[in-house]
Amino acid sequence: MSDASAPASAVSKQRRQLDRAVVRFAGDSGDGMQVTGEQFATEAAWAGADLVTLPNFPAEIRAPAGTLFGVSSYQLQFGSRRVYTPGDRLDCLVAMNPAALKVHLGDLKEGGLLIVNTAAFEQKNLDRAGYRSNPLTDAALEDRYRLHKIDITRMTMEALEEVALGAREKERCKNFFSLGLVSWIYTRPIEPTLGWIGRRFAKHAAIAEANIRALKTGYHFGETAEIFTECYGIEPAAMPPGVYRSITGNRALAWGILAAAQRTRLTVVYGAYPITPASDILHELALHKRFGVRTFQAEDEIAAIGSIIGAAFGGAIGVCASSGPGIALKAEGMNLAVMAELPIVVFDIQRAGPSTGLPTKTEQADLLMVLHGRNSESPVVVLAPATPGDCFFIAYEAIRIAVKYMVPVVVLSDGYLASGAEPWLIPDPKTLRDIPVKFRTDAEGFFPYLRDEATLARPWVRPGTPGLEHRIGGLEKEHITGTVSYDAENHDLMVRLRAEKVRRVAQEIPPTTVNGPSAGDVLVVGWGSTYGTITAAVEELQQEGKAVASIQLRHLNPLPPDLGQILRQYDRILVPEVNSGQLVRILRAEYLVDAVGLNRVRGLPIPTQEVRETIEQLLRDKQ
Amino acid sequence: MSHPAGETTAPRKYTKKDFESDQDVRWCPGCGDYAILSAAQKMMPDLGLPRENIVFISGIGCSSRFPYYMNTYGFHTIHGRAPAIATGLRLARPDLKVFVVTGDGDGLSIGGNHLLHVLRRNVNVTILLFNNRIYGLTKGQYSPTSELGKVTKSTPMGAADRPLNPCAFARGSGATFVARTVDRNVAHMEETLKRAAQHHGAAFVEILQNCNVYNDLAWNVLYDRESKSLHELRLEHGRPLLFGPVDDRRGLVLDGPTPRAVRAKDVAESTLWVHDETNAWKASVLTKLAPPDFPIPIGVIESIQEPVYEEILLEQEHKAIADRGPGDIGALLVSGDTWRIG
Repeated sequence: MSDASAPASAVSKQRRQLDRAVVRFAGDSGDGMQVTGEQFATEAAWAGADLVTLPNFPAEIRAPAGTLFGVSSYQLQFGSRRVYTPGDRLDCLVAMNPAALKVHLGDLKEGGLLIVNTAAFEQKNLDRAGYRSNPLTDAALEDRYRLHKIDITRMTMEALEEVALGAREKERCKNFFSLGLVSWIYTRPIEPTLGWIGRRFAKHAAIAEANIRALKTGYHFGETAEIFTECYGIEPAAMPPGVYRSITGNRALAWGILAAAQRTRLTVVYGAYPITPASDILHELALHKRFGVRTFQAEDEIAAIGSIIGAAFGGAIGVCASSGPGIALKAEGMNLAVMAELPIVVFDIQRAGPSTGLPTKTEQADLLMVLHGRNSESPVVVLAPATPGDCFFIAYEAIRIAVKYMVPVVVLSDGYLASGAEPWLIPDPKTLRDIPVKFRTDAEGFFPYLRDEATLARPWVRPGTPGLEHRIGGLEKEHITGTVSYDAENHDLMVRLRAEKVRRVAQEIPPTTVNGPSAGDVLVVGWGSTYGTITAAVEELQQEGKAVASIQLRHLNPLPPDLGQILRQYDRILVPEVNSGQLVRILRAEYLVDAVGLNRVRGLPIPTQEVRETIEQLLRDKQ
Repeated sequence: MSHPAGETTAPRKYTKKDFESDQDVRWCPGCGDYAILSAAQKMMPDLGLPRENIVFISGIGCSSRFPYYMNTYGFHTIHGRAPAIATGLRLARPDLKVFVVTGDGDGLSIGGNHLLHVLRRNVNVTILLFNNRIYGLTKGQYSPTSELGKVTKSTPMGAADRPLNPCAFARGSGATFVARTVDRNVAHMEETLKRAAQHHGAAFVEILQNCNVYNDLAWNVLYDRESKSLHELRLEHGRPLLFGPVDDRRGLVLDGPTPRAVRAKDVAESTLWVHDETNAWKASVLTKLAPPDFPIPIGVIESIQEPVYEEILLEQEHKAIADRGPGDIGALLVSGDTWRIG
């Protein structure tokens, strides 16, 4: 495709260099916006940009066409410097119909590039979007934005005239026209998309041909049409050298499990009940039976965790994933694993709630639930990945800790990490820490609750081992012997031992990385997916000479041993969370610091700008 | 807890005593569970399995204390969830022989969904459901098998809900082995448990069991000598369905799909219903038989062969490995679209 991929310098139009750009594709949920965005992200990454993506789609599988609630969008920010977030305000919005324009126009910067498909602005769609008149005829729109009214549908149909497909199928290729056009505008190579189309439609030559033509037509339209006076170049980002791939959080979690399965040579039983946004992990693992991962689609959330407890009792690694409503149902199972001291890992891909809530939108409001939402004293280890790629390492680490300490481990991911993608420097699996697995086989001196001195782990025994036949269960156990005990002092001791065992996981936590000065005015403390937002805001302020630093907690229970010392080095502590203030309560209670929260629960990441403004306010308050 | 040390996997001859744990049995004196435990312990040596390869999994309730008293591997889990836990264990360890012990409340009320699905999937587990038609451990509430109108602590004016038939439930769930036995008939229990344990797939045994504290003589129809002689129907594969006193034998005939009890001497022997464990339609009729018009069948109601869930999954795993070799995370990480920087 030498013509399509020719360097922009070869064409007559002016190319302007940018540091970064924020682009959003928006349309009906049937318009293929997710695949369009994913392909554009791949093109951007191929050209060496750093990037972060934000897919955003309705909960309905086939929402009625043209409606506001049926709008699906995919946003990404890409740049020649490190990119930490999908961006707050848009440089470019592609609106495939009136509803998409109505929902998303407010996020477009003044003077931003606005591309609309005029074919969709017919009366029926205008009515559905609640427009009294056609907004495209409003001169104000043209004054405010660089508006490009293009009949994308017609141009796509014309380009596909010779392709042997029905009108409906041809019309569905219009998203690739948009992709081609935006690829030209931002000088992104279309080769990866051509390759993807070839693989995706390998058995449907006509559809492949149609999509390729639509893509190229869009690209050439940008190049030759008089209306575009300039295009934009973005230099490759200075990324650490190595081989990269794009990865979503859910896939990274699944692959982290596979890495642990291969390292330990243990069977993994993955029990799951379908739930958004966790199901992709089940789909991914079901593809990789060669790793000895046995996926079990259970009858409900309770059976899913039950199955992995049974597997752990059998000497396998038990892993399950769900989202808030399912995690609530798993509470009794998690407590059995606490009592029986079996190694299981539970992923909570958090979504907006309560109850069914907003199934496809993100939130971080399950922290207190996983810490405290079970009957009685029920300590578990809690970890949280910071980025999609980090999910790989966190999944592996969760299994390592669970097996080493014979303890349930919960991983708090969320909808944003789950489906968001980033360029990921592929790790060498050999560099992952070892996961030593010791099964007790010696009957001499064996007791089910005789603990390891360093970790307090009880022995793991595979049924089938002669001479070690024993019984465990949910009733309180006598210290060491593991027989059922109703003794008051023994119960008190066992409650403390279970808590102490989890506390000792602190010895696994490396020193906390502080991004910024080791003492100063404001420390921003985050956990989970707020990493990008916080880092972007803090680095902007640091460049302006402000004494601001940030840390991102990957270990939420136990907390890092050096955390108290770090907190005391700053005047103010700010804790941004996509909840009503959960970690901030814990920090205040544990360390008696006057931490304040920045809380937004909109089903979306917190905008960088809001974090920045809050820090600036704290700095002003200090003066 | 003490453990016999230094055993090997060499095949050894077991006796009942080898399956008795050192725990004091804590059921109420006179409880039917004692007889079930004894029958199970007596039957185990006949299975010819190494003791260490046997696991008993239970939920919550009186019956669910069972694993503590068996000197095998055991796991006393959560109310109603034993089938799910057993399924996970079988997935991880298809080399183990797994039993599930449950009751009418544990298995048919709080755990009804799990029981349904473990049977539907035909997971290779042996399920013993102790049916005493009452909640014993929580001190006497009615259960899903209590009769309509049953007066208990929670139903002082009588239960308003209709009872569930465990064997009909099991069959409806797709069980491939369904049997019924009685706690007061140790020989029959031993034989039935052994048949169940040897079944390939999910085997379901309803054990009619007496709670002498909260629901004494709930199965008196099969305890009282005279009543038993009138109402117990012993099922034997290939034999006609005959019951009743020696001097006045009754038989069952099928009138189209409808069963009828007749005096044996009034009909030709060739017209009697002959038990066929592999006949699903007739098994369905058998589960529904009950007094006063019919006897209670005990024995193996149905036994058929169907694919076993975990074996299919394992075949898929073996095929995936045979086709493409074992998984390699290093190769997976660099599969698909990648690009080099620097």
